[in-house]
Amino acid sequence: MTTHAPHLIRGESGDWEVVIGLEVHAQVTSQAKLFSGAATAFGAEPNTQVSLVDAAMPGMLPVINGHCIEQAIKTGLGLKAQINRRSVFDRKNYFYADLPAGYQISQYLQPIVGKGEIVLDLPDGRGRTIAITRLHLEMDAGKSLHDQHPSQTYIDLNRAGVALMEIVSEPDLRTAEEAGAYVRKLRSILRYLGTCDGNMEEGSLRCDCNVSVRHPGEKLGTRTETKNVNSVRFVMAAIEHEARRQIGVLESGGTIQQETRLFDPATGTTRPMRSKEHAHDYRYFPDPDLLPLELSEAEIERIRASLPELPDDKKKRFIEGYKLSAQDAGVLVAEQAAANFFEAVAAGRDAKLAANWVINELFGRLNAAGKPIDASPVAAERLGALVDLIQDGTISGRIAKDVFETMFETGRDPAAIVEEKGLRQVSDTGALDAAIAEVLAGNADKVAEFKSGKDKLFGFFVGQVMKKTGGKANPGLVNDMLRKKLSS
Amino acid sequence: MTTLTDLSMAEARDGLRARKYSAKELAEAHVAAVERIKPLNAFITATPERALAAAAEADRRLARGEERAMEGLPLAIKDLFCTEGVLTTAASHILDGFKPPYESTVTANLWRAGALMLGKANLDEFAMGSSNMTSHYGPVESPWRRKGDNRALVPGGSSGGSAAAVAARAALGATGTDTGGSIRQPAAFCGIVGMKPTYGRCSRWGIVAFASSLDQAGPLTRNVRDAAIMLGAMAGHDPKDSTSVDTPVPDYEMALTGDIRGLRIGIPREYRMDGMNPEIERLWEQGKAWLRDAGAEPVDISLPHTKYALPTYYIVAPAEASSNLARYDGVRYGLRVPGRTLDEMYENTRAAGFGKEVRRRVMIGTYVLSAGYYDAYYNKARQIRTLIARDFDRAFKVCDAILTPTAPSAAFALGEKMDDPIAMYLNDVFTVPASLAGLPAISVPAGLSGDGLPLGLHLIGRAFDEAGVLKIAHVLERAADFRARP
Amino acid sequence: MALDKAAVRKIARLARIRVAEEELDGLAVELSNILTFVEQLGEVDTAGVEPMTSVVAMTLPRRADAVTDGNTADKVLVNAPEGTGNFFAVPKVVE
Repeated sequence: MTTHAPHLIRGESGDWEVVIGLEVHAQVTSQAKLFSGAATAFGAEPNTQVSLVDAAMPGMLPVINGHCIEQAIKTGLGLKAQINRRSVFDRKNYFYADLPAGYQISQYLQPIVGKGEIVLDLPDGRGRTIAITRLHLEMDAGKSLHDQHPSQTYIDLNRAGVALMEIVSEPDLRTAEEAGAYVRKLRSILRYLGTCDGNMEEGSLRCDCNVSVRHPGEKLGTRTETKNVNSVRFVMAAIEHEARRQIGVLESGGTIQQETRLFDPATGTTRPMRSKEHAHDYRYFPDPDLLPLELSEAEIERIRASLPELPDDKKKRFIEGYKLSAQDAGVLVAEQAAANFFEAVAAGRDAKLAANWVINELFGRLNAAGKPIDASPVAAERLGALVDLIQDGTISGRIAKDVFETMFETGRDPAAIVEEKGLRQVSDTGALDAAIAEVLAGNADKVAEFKSGKDKLFGFFVGQVMKKTGGKANPGLVNDMLRKKLSS
Repeated sequence: MTTLTDLSMAEARDGLRARKYSAKELAEAHVAAVERIKPLNAFITATPERALAAAAEADRRLARGEERAMEGLPLAIKDLFCTEGVLTTAASHILDGFKPPYESTVTANLWRAGALMLGKANLDEFAMGSSNMTSHYGPVESPWRRKGDNRALVPGGSSGGSAAAVAARAALGATGTDTGGSIRQPAAFCGIVGMKPTYGRCSRWGIVAFASSLDQAGPLTRNVRDAAIMLGAMAGHDPKDSTSVDTPVPDYEMALTGDIRGLRIGIPREYRMDGMNPEIERLWEQGKAWLRDAGAEPVDISLPHTKYALPTYYIVAPAEASSNLARYDGVRYGLRVPGRTLDEMYENTRAAGFGKEVRRRVMIGTYVLSAGYYDAYYNKARQIRTLIARDFDRAFKVCDAILTPTAPSAAFALGEKMDDPIAMYLNDVFTVPASLAGLPAISVPAGLSGDGLPLGLHLIGRAFDEAGVLKIAHVLERAADFRARP
Repeated sequence: MALDKAAVRKIARLARIRVAEEELDGLAVELSNILTFVEQLGEVDTAGVEPMTSVVAMTLPRRADAVTDGNTADKVLVNAPEGTGNFFAVPKVVE
């Protein structure tokens, strides 16, 4: 019997391998659009953020936003990619109601960014490198609203012309989980760089999922493209569904059509897109309204020098510098704000203890409250102060959890809470002696059992002493003193 | 006193400043002339109220001594330039009712220089044509007639309405656009001066696009000095056009020194084509002699890829046009012919909205860009365009300007050559190479054909050397002493 | 290259121009003639020749990232043949 590789799907005709490539459309963080001076802000009234260029009025011409070029270069550098010194903007020609000019300005044969890579953080802490094929700049289309009128589609051009980076991966991904990890990691890098806010609900990050299946070792199967999936969860669901659908079709003797599909979040299924069923012939050609984009080495180096520390480097530093586990370091660096928070807590303190508190207590509590790290009611200095109180023996870890709960609710200083509630740890040997004597006296039978070899009862005595002191006894001290008393 | 409509632009400018007449009188005379030449169909929209209002402002400025370079000079504007609040049609049904909420940079520059608009001049639909017969608003007639023949003639195209209006003394000058010869060929047919500047010299912002890598705006005037004045007002860097070049605009009028001694004038041997019209050939020889007499030195040059310019153009221009015209879809402006589905609406609108020649070129352009054909057609044409530009680069190492005929014949009759698109395309054989290379070029009226129709000579200069081209053209104009009138 | 009816139908479809069935033959001849005319370019050896991307010898100008336009829904919509409120409207599209 062979072992079943975890990334394969078992079908009636044997194991299937899923081959996934992702095309992510990331909205470039910018004030104005790629080729016009209209605003990019989300949620404006329809057609109010539209210039005459965006509406493709006769004679209107594009002029490129320099900041968007820099953002693309920055992203390319963050993906350890080749930055092309010369790139060309092409027209991708097709008719659609929300594409006013009848063409999208994009980059086809000569994109601004070439091959790069993303390292996925696998759950076991290992990394897996996924190759990036390319990144190019292009303009977004407008929005079609199909549900406002029984026989008409309404068009809002606010999005038309907003700068996008299309980031294309090689078909290196093999499972829905890996695809999810890829999108999360890419989003993390983009946010670190400040080149895309990664807000999937507002459409700042959308994903086209190219999926095919094959028996291991066979050549690539026919792929389908599921368009515009807008959450990590949906990406995973769409891929999972699409893979199983394709296996089902193939195993029942059918063939896969190369087609564009849509994901329906309500049902978790994909279906063919009717409006795009015509064979495409985009008739790409260099946009004669724009000139080739030439970049100097100096400009690329200037941008390289401005890059922040990125998640992979930060993770490495956390593992080496703070001696954190790969898993803890991975969790902490996923968001820059979280990593910064941790570093503020860890500064001058026991880093592992700090990491524990940030990950297990703070993140857990924030998640439950649905709050982002920026909105944490507990400030980093105060969580640090709490760690100090544990480290210097003022309170025990157990008490600290109660203090933290109060901090989370009130945002107050931990020392003040400890004082007010009288939670200071009892390390006074006289007081402890008395408590221990009482416990031993009241449990003479158990003391005898212990002395006759029932070692496990030690924990019982500790518990009783703690109970007597209202949990405030210094546990280390109690241990030492009890052991002495019982062995005498 | 000559009538006000016979004045050149320079004379009118000087006359206004000397208070010989008011801007109002000048405008009124032209408004009346526009009305009088209505049978020529040179205008799609006349804007007399606007002209008169602008003339009143010009008179106020003149009275205060605050006149600008073209204060009070009445112009015709090719109806390819978007003019704010004024119907702009590109002579196409598909732009029915379109009133742009914006003003093209070139016309805005002209208004800022004090010029005023008489109306929007007729043209070939979307500037696609050499006869002005493809206009949805009907053909334009040339004011010229052959000797002893009253048949209507074409004014050339695509800036046919502009050329006819200027030749018929209904405007002091007109804007045109030139993609493959659309200013120079109608200027030659109508016995006036027409100049296409260097690509990038005039902003394309607000001009309905035909072929973006070729389109350039330029002036049509009755003499070279007027072309210099008008180009100076039209030209200039525009940050709204990424292909607009940021280089100073010289005072072109100052360039008209009359001194061309020592300049080398290239005579390209490839332009001497088999079966060339002997009248045209003789005129060309004459032009060469005039320039030699003025102290310039004619030199034989070779532009080896000349023969391929026209086929290159007829790939590049339709390809770009097929994409540029995709925006005319019935959604945001212009004509909409309903359909049950979006695609049906597109197909109905574009079938009804575009005329035959436009449909033909859009389809050719679509084809040469389509999968499997791109390399054989479009990419090949772009490569040959590189070779054509290189030919000129080499030639300009041994000469300062190039002299050729403007068109292979004089104007033809309305309706001729309509059945054979390629025969029509051949009109541009001498003008297209300079367009492909983006070079400045001018047509100067230089003589009459045997049947009494104007013929033009064509000068091509180095990139951004409009001043040099105008200087030589000015000398050519004086030597030719062309006085014939329609 | 001689285009046949089917090819013309396909091009017309790609260009979104309705062509009546009876016009296809004539159009095929016209377009084929034009293609034959331009195909003389095949004579030219263009091996190694860079295709012209722009006739202007300059680099792509860039604008600053500033909001300088928009808030002109009236201008954007004023010429629309059909629309409602602040929207353009087209026949319903089923995705």
